[in-house]
Amino acid sequence: MLRIRYFASVREAMGREGEGMELPADVATVADLIRHLRATHSDFDRLHANGETVLAAVNQTVAGPGQALGEADEIAFFPPMSGG
Amino acid sequence: MAQTSAAINVRISVQHEDFDVGAEYRKLCAQAPGAGAVATFCGLVRDYYDPDQGEAVRELRLEHYPGMTEKRIGEIIAEAEDRWQLLAARVIHRVGALAPGEQIVFAGVASHHRHEAFAAAGFIMDYLKSEAPFWKKQITASGGEWIATRPSDARALRNWEGR
Repeated sequence: MLRIRYFASVREAMGREGEGMELPADVATVADLIRHLRATHSDFDRLHANGETVLAAVNQTVAGPGQALGEADEIAFFPPMSGG
Repeated sequence: MAQTSAAINVRISVQHEDFDVGAEYRKLCAQAPGAGAVATFCGLVRDYYDPDQGEAVRELRLEHYPGMTEKRIGEIIAEAEDRWQLLAARVIHRVGALAPGEQIVFAGVASHHRHEAFAAAGFIMDYLKSEAPFWKKQITASGGEWIATRPSDARALRNWEGR
């Protein structure tokens, strides 16, 4: 089961903190998952359509669109970080 | 972490509770007996995010990604250790609801010499700003707004690259 987590403005837009998902057959990378979520979640699609910057981390490390995804991975989506 | 030096004392805390700068300074001194320099930085919650057009901030709400936050701060400190000879490092970052004027972040570094201590503390703060998974929402009379990353924060990182 892929574990998806949302933080900050992405969490608010999605109206939830995360979800579990069986890895769809056509999802092998972060970019594939974004495409899948945009097609299935209108809130997720709207974020991207509005030009919001949405970053991803796979297993708690920031990941680019080409990063491979496995069944047991944790992926998080969030806006640019702002610590300090 | 630098392979050539013994493991240094690194402590990272993400917490809502406030911290005592004097106590943290004394702990750093105690953990780095040979230190000739201890640099400490303390960040405070501003009452205006943008003084030109900002409304008074009533509260800052900080959210983070538990687990990844500690991991990334540890990596940033390890990168600082690769660049400078450090003896001890301490980072505390507060989360939850904070009021203007409250302490929000502490970075302290002990080293043999001041240049290394100053540089490492500055490096840790610059990377913590844009690469540790924290997000801030400022609450004003007219509602809440997520604080966007400042272009100056990205420029601060470019200053370290290639050095």
